[in-house]
Amino acid sequence: MSALLEVRGLVTDIGAARVVDGVSFDVAAGETYALLGESGCGKSMTALSLMRLLPDGGRVTSGTVGLDGENLLALPERAMRTVRGGRMAMIFQEPMLALNPVIKVGEQIGEALALHQSLSGAAARDAARALLDAVGVPDAARRLDAYPFELSGGLRQRAMIAIALAGKPQLLIADEPTTALDVTIQAQVLEVLRNLKAERRMGMLLITHDLGVVAENADRVGVMYAGELLEEGTREAFFAAPQHPYSRMLFDALPRPGDGGRLTTIPGQVPQLDGALAGCRFEPRCPHAVARCRVESPDWQTLGGQRVRCHLAGQLPAQPSRAAAARAMATQAAQPLLQVDGLKVHFPVRRGLLQRTVGHVRAVDDVSLAIEAGRTLALVGESGCGKTTVGKALLRLTEPTAGSVVLDGEAVTARNLAALRRQLQMVFQDPFSSLNPRMRVADILLEGMDALGVGAAGQRRAAVARLLQQVGLPDDAGGRYPHAFSGGQRQRIAIARALAVSPRLVICDEPTSALDVSVQAQILNLLKDLQDALGLAYLFITHNLAVVEYLAHQLAVMYLGRIVEHGPAAEVLRAPRHPYTQALVSAVPRIEPHAGGTVIRLAGDQPSPLNPPDGCHFHPRCPHAGEICRRTYPDRTELGDGHWVRCHWVAGQV
Amino acid sequence: MSVQPVVLWTDALVFVLLAAVLVLAWAIRRQEHLRAPWAAVARRPMAMGAALVLAVFVVIGLLDSLHYRERLPGSPADAPQYSVEVLSVFDALVGTLRTQHEKTYSAPLAMQLYAKEFVERDGETVRDYPRLRYGGAHLAHAGERRPDIAWRSVTGLVQGLVAGVLLFGLLAAWQVRRTRTSLDAWLSDWGAGRLGWPARTVVVVVSLLLVVGGVIAQLAAGYHVLGTDKVGQDVLYISLKSIRTGLVIGTLTTLVTLPLAIGLGIAAGYFRGWVDDVIQYVYTVLNSIPGVLLIAAAVLIVQVYIESNPELFDTAAARADIRLLALCVIMGVTSWTGLARLLRGESLKLRTLDYVEAARAFGVSHARIIGRHIFPNVFHLVLIAIVLDFSGLVLAEAVLSYVGVGVDPSMYSWGNMINGARLELAREPVVWWQLGAAFAFMFALVLAANLFADGVRDAFDPRQGARR
Repeated sequence: MSALLEVRGLVTDIGAARVVDGVSFDVAAGETYALLGESGCGKSMTALSLMRLLPDGGRVTSGTVGLDGENLLALPERAMRTVRGGRMAMIFQEPMLALNPVIKVGEQIGEALALHQSLSGAAARDAARALLDAVGVPDAARRLDAYPFELSGGLRQRAMIAIALAGKPQLLIADEPTTALDVTIQAQVLEVLRNLKAERRMGMLLITHDLGVVAENADRVGVMYAGELLEEGTREAFFAAPQHPYSRMLFDALPRPGDGGRLTTIPGQVPQLDGALAGCRFEPRCPHAVARCRVESPDWQTLGGQRVRCHLAGQLPAQPSRAAAARAMATQAAQPLLQVDGLKVHFPVRRGLLQRTVGHVRAVDDVSLAIEAGRTLALVGESGCGKTTVGKALLRLTEPTAGSVVLDGEAVTARNLAALRRQLQMVFQDPFSSLNPRMRVADILLEGMDALGVGAAGQRRAAVARLLQQVGLPDDAGGRYPHAFSGGQRQRIAIARALAVSPRLVICDEPTSALDVSVQAQILNLLKDLQDALGLAYLFITHNLAVVEYLAHQLAVMYLGRIVEHGPAAEVLRAPRHPYTQALVSAVPRIEPHAGGTVIRLAGDQPSPLNPPDGCHFHPRCPHAGEICRRTYPDRTELGDGHWVRCHWVAGQV
Repeated sequence: MSVQPVVLWTDALVFVLLAAVLVLAWAIRRQEHLRAPWAAVARRPMAMGAALVLAVFVVIGLLDSLHYRERLPGSPADAPQYSVEVLSVFDALVGTLRTQHEKTYSAPLAMQLYAKEFVERDGETVRDYPRLRYGGAHLAHAGERRPDIAWRSVTGLVQGLVAGVLLFGLLAAWQVRRTRTSLDAWLSDWGAGRLGWPARTVVVVVSLLLVVGGVIAQLAAGYHVLGTDKVGQDVLYISLKSIRTGLVIGTLTTLVTLPLAIGLGIAAGYFRGWVDDVIQYVYTVLNSIPGVLLIAAAVLIVQVYIESNPELFDTAAARADIRLLALCVIMGVTSWTGLARLLRGESLKLRTLDYVEAARAFGVSHARIIGRHIFPNVFHLVLIAIVLDFSGLVLAEAVLSYVGVGVDPSMYSWGNMINGARLELAREPVVWWQLGAAFAFMFALVLAANLFADGVRDAFDPRQGARR
């Protein structure tokens, strides 16, 4: 197979930092090559170097990029413009930012068509419709006249793909194309990309940090670390036996089902790229490093179908298969710590001169939960289903419309809020926006203690030191500002802040979704240790089912403001009953080959909570929907052991 | 004691402001996240050059804010009586520049009046340009004027250069001692701009200022450097006196603006709801009234009040001063809306951020959230607005005085200078120096302020900072 894209010794500098250092790989026509790595490893910079779209101050210092035998780096900018979008197209991570919000989708596709195929008028419109059809946009003719904001995230990403396809590219570069999307939508978009690649015999360079996406889509895999490729091989070989210690640790850091033990973490961080780097770049974080690693940068070694840059290639001990230890699931009949009944949060929608209320966004609509002390309840759902609003309503950061919250046998009202806040705290999603950049870490930790009057004022400083130690931060961290810390360390600070008032229940709102896999493992380990040591209960809000499997005892699945399935986490994930849960579980890209069972692809998107469908909210997307689903909302169907589901189909009424 | 200190209202406020700036500077030195951007400002050659020019203006303005009254000669020592004329330290420093009045207009560096008059010469009455009383009075005849001007200019230039080189030498000696390097190494670092601060620019600008100062000082000893105005006052003196007016307007107005803008802007954005509605209505209404109209009305009311209560003001300076203060207040009241709107928008964004939510989850009070989480994070906007608004306010004063609703007509200000020059522009040959002087001084101040503001904005704007 002759290579479509040949990259040889690519070196890219941005200012003083060498962000891509001697990267070489090939992509054949009809093949998907995945570049895998954590953030800051130079994956995106490699792609931008290929397109010659580097940010200010960036330049390709050496190397060649051959597309079909032609060196792109030698082309004048004029010729390069016809290559971009014409022979080589790119899809970006954030579809809302990549589409112009004030131009109709059809015109944006038409622009690319006019440029690369010289089509205009009716011919262009037909071609644009055909493209939207090809990427699986339903009702394509009508969508041509839609503005980007009228489309959902998944449709926008498809429109982006349609634009990229307008020039009939030979090579498609997809830079984290589904990271901003929900799992069910991600599954749709990845399927579109797979089909297109097969139909058009395109080469595809897929850039991602998600091993699951790689496992389902790539033909060959390259692992990047600190600007270098460390390992390369076919998907089968790579997933069967990753050779580089870094690749192995990436695998081990992933939470997997039935895994009761601690996750492997990769200590340290990706090194700064602006200094001189001697030896192997992974050496400071590598558990197998020997003296030679420190001084000599390893060369490529071939092992069967794989190439790897490691002095110890082939000599590493075989990976122990991880014991799938069944977790001790002691079912306690304890009194619940937190009991929520009929919680509703409706946001009024006001229109017109007099601001009359014309409707309600039912963000949370009749949610009931119970959490026992020392246990974890995971609340799972796609974005926009109201799971974050549940968390905020519990803390009364958002005033609930109706419902009762009973904490430790005491009903929570506006009057005893201070008591509530000592028992209940929150860890936020983004550690970069959850810490005030203008406050020292010690002041951040003291804030809650001061406000709630925890402990004697004189002992609070000592409490800060204890907290820092508890979350594994250095003692001198208190005097520094948040910007001096990495994402994982910042999340530790956020956890310490929540623990400062010694709560019994912590609401974790997607605490790891902004972090890399290796850092995610550290945070999950920490949360688990804290639960064991302090008897904390967690309400774990997430969209990541792998994390749920690792951490949660109970699981509640939310769809459009309501809980549709609830039960012991292991049972729900192993044998989901609600069609939505089934789709959600099957849409998660997995590293292991699927053990039978076809993947359920959901059609369409989640409807707006402003105007939910009648009857069962899920019926427009449900493969099993019958007449009754359109008319009435289903009641609970108990399946025993606390497992219940709201579905007419499961109840046998369809 | 032969003088009685006089503290005008604006003097007091100017020095309160100075103290506040010094306290703030001391506070900033201790806060790493505030010190870093100022250090970035100090590393920018353009901003540092502009800051030096601004500093000259500020020093003149501050000297001009130390007022006193002289004791009348002959008044008894036990019951001293003081002159009604209020002078400042600056007046004392410039000496005769204040008192050397001609009869009427004279051109810059002239030795004769601008208009012909009947003069006695050798017993005959002829119509000719009479000699000035002070300007060029030391010259015997017109032919000596040019060589004398040239000689004085060169002398001033040399003096300025010598002073510049002396200062440079002192700087070099101090730096060499402090950093323990050799003089050669320091000089080559200085020449290549490797010192970590814009030493070249500072040295060049200081030397330039000294040279200009030297030349003007030499010339002013014998001539009216920028001519004289209608009543024969030295235009250079008027221009220099106007600096204080401009600075007072530019800074005190901000003092009025800030509490309104910060308080109402943050309150509107943070509390939302009816608080937001009320504040928005207030500033929308205020914005829709023509500013000049409001200012004219307020200034006229103050004028009437001053005239109906003469016993409250013992000097003309106090009367003019209270009008200046009133102008600052009313301009502040009309100009807070822009910053308030900006701060409202920023607070709207900040209040939804997770760290504010986290603070609310702890039940932290609103006042503390605003004080610790919101205000420190909008502070850079406030700083940028202060320096950007300053030049606009200086120019606004000129426009308002020109329209006739600005400062008191007896007060020295660039607006009044322009207003006075307006009618004379139609004369032939044209009387341009009054207008030209006001223009040059305003231009220098506003340009310096704007360049400095650019530097501050670049250093504080987080989006700009991210790119560097």
